[in-house]
Amino acid sequence: MSLRALLDNRLMPAIAIAAIVIILPLFFPSAYYYRIGALVFIFALAVVGLNLLMGFAGQVSLGHAGFMGIGAYSVAIGPVAFGAPSWLCLFAGAILSGTVAFAVGRPILRLKGHYLAVATLGFGLLVAIVLTNEAGWTGGPDGMSVPKLALFEWRVRGSDAWYWIAGTTFVVGFVLALNLMDSPTGRALHAIHDSEIAARVLGIDVARKKLTVFVISATYASVAGSYLALFNGHITPDSAGFLRSIELVAMVVLGGMGSIVGSLVGAAVLVVLPQVLTTFHEYEQALLGLIVMGFMIFLRQGIVPSIAAVFARWRK
Amino acid sequence: MMVLEANGLSISFGGVRAIDDVSIAIASGQVFSIIGPNGSGKTTLFNLVSGIYLPNDGNIRLAGETVTGLAPEQLARRGLSRTFQNLQIFSRMTVLENVMVGRHRHERTGIMADLLHWPSVPRQNRATRDAARAALARAGLAGEDDRPAGSLAYGALKRLEIARALASEPKLLLLDEPAAGCNPVETQDIDRIIRAIVKDGITVVLVEHDMRLVMNISDRIHVLASGRTLTEGTPDQVRSDPAVIQAYLGVHGSQEAVRAFD
Repeated sequence: MSLRALLDNRLMPAIAIAAIVIILPLFFPSAYYYRIGALVFIFALAVVGLNLLMGFAGQVSLGHAGFMGIGAYSVAIGPVAFGAPSWLCLFAGAILSGTVAFAVGRPILRLKGHYLAVATLGFGLLVAIVLTNEAGWTGGPDGMSVPKLALFEWRVRGSDAWYWIAGTTFVVGFVLALNLMDSPTGRALHAIHDSEIAARVLGIDVARKKLTVFVISATYASVAGSYLALFNGHITPDSAGFLRSIELVAMVVLGGMGSIVGSLVGAAVLVVLPQVLTTFHEYEQALLGLIVMGFMIFLRQGIVPSIAAVFARWRK
Repeated sequence: MMVLEANGLSISFGGVRAIDDVSIAIASGQVFSIIGPNGSGKTTLFNLVSGIYLPNDGNIRLAGETVTGLAPEQLARRGLSRTFQNLQIFSRMTVLENVMVGRHRHERTGIMADLLHWPSVPRQNRATRDAARAALARAGLAGEDDRPAGSLAYGALKRLEIARALASEPKLLLLDEPAAGCNPVETQDIDRIIRAIVKDGITVVLVEHDMRLVMNISDRIHVLASGRTLTEGTPDQVRSDPAVIQAYLGVHGSQEAVRAFD
């Protein structure tokens, strides 16, 4: 394959991301960096899913952490209560999240804009409240510990192992998202974003397509939630809470709505920045807020689309 | 054979009868125009026929089949397509992608195939792309494939909507003011495009204010005033009908009416 053909390949962004996943550890001075890397990829996975819903199909969700919560508590409760292996619980959690998204999405995806935002917000709150109150299963507000992931004979421990698992899964999720965008379903979703009425007149079942992407994005969030729980070894209802949902939305917008690469960038910025800013102690949060505001003021379409636009102008 | 029949259609908005007991019957292969002064209910009638509004009364038959109350997407699958007076472009997509969306009802894939990029998906993408390019050429937009749709001029956007509707291979095409805001040259283009569409066997229903275009191209003209049928006939019958002249004079449409008679 010539270099030209390689650069034009549909999966080029995924190949580049895979290369980054592989090369990055060469520059990691300590295990702590593996930990940050793993967190970035776990969040980026959830953000890719949310971006399909928000940036691509134009439907907002302020309750996506609810699905991360379902995924997280699946791998926490399943092994303890039913003795099921963690990886099976991860899949079960993903299916459960998809099913819940299907049931919740049918009525609320009729809503538009702010009304949909508030409805999804309500869903997220509902999940967090259930997780807090069902203390017999979930340990209540203090949370519960999560058994380590065991794949056959291999008990997954250590940040480096999680770096590779999360990185690989992210690349897979990234490729699936690219595939979806380059398909009839992807074109239909993109069309819905710009004009629902025109989409319907062309024969697109708008309600069904919205439900499809809602279920897909919930599944992404659920897998990310399971990973986060297994990686941290402990979870609280906060992992399904409102602030987490807002954080996911901020990652989507910051990286770039509708930009799959932007999902990784948005997640990376909001995971890495707080770590960097800890040197400023009590000003950490204020500085984080200031920097995020700066990004949005100067790169108003999000980091990746704005920079891409600059390059496009420059090439002309 | 009648492609579209509507009987006794009525719809009210907040006590105002926007369409009041209107019946139309459109024969296959015709250009059927709906005219009337502003606010006479032309676009409302389009919205009823294309399933966007639900009529309070009356029924609609498409190719002999009762379709009253069906959603726009269901009507689209039965071969009805339309354009919009106030453009409904997918402005974030390219010109070609806009028209590719028009192929949706002919595409057959499942969500799993789409996610995994099954071999059927790229094969179908190619077929969709080819058909979309052909539709663009029919609307005189060949060679603009990769431009962002939002960057096209107004007249070109009108034709892009036509291309997108054509890509869906409709039996019946509703055009809502395709020449509005177009200069005389662009209006000529629209005229040519419509004639070519009819030649290909598609029935066209036209709402248009440009009377010269309407009189030139129509087989039959249905005149609305204040939501009611005023008259219907051939262009010659309509242009000499005193009631039509009266409806237009003194209102916004007077200018077009005068032009139609010179």
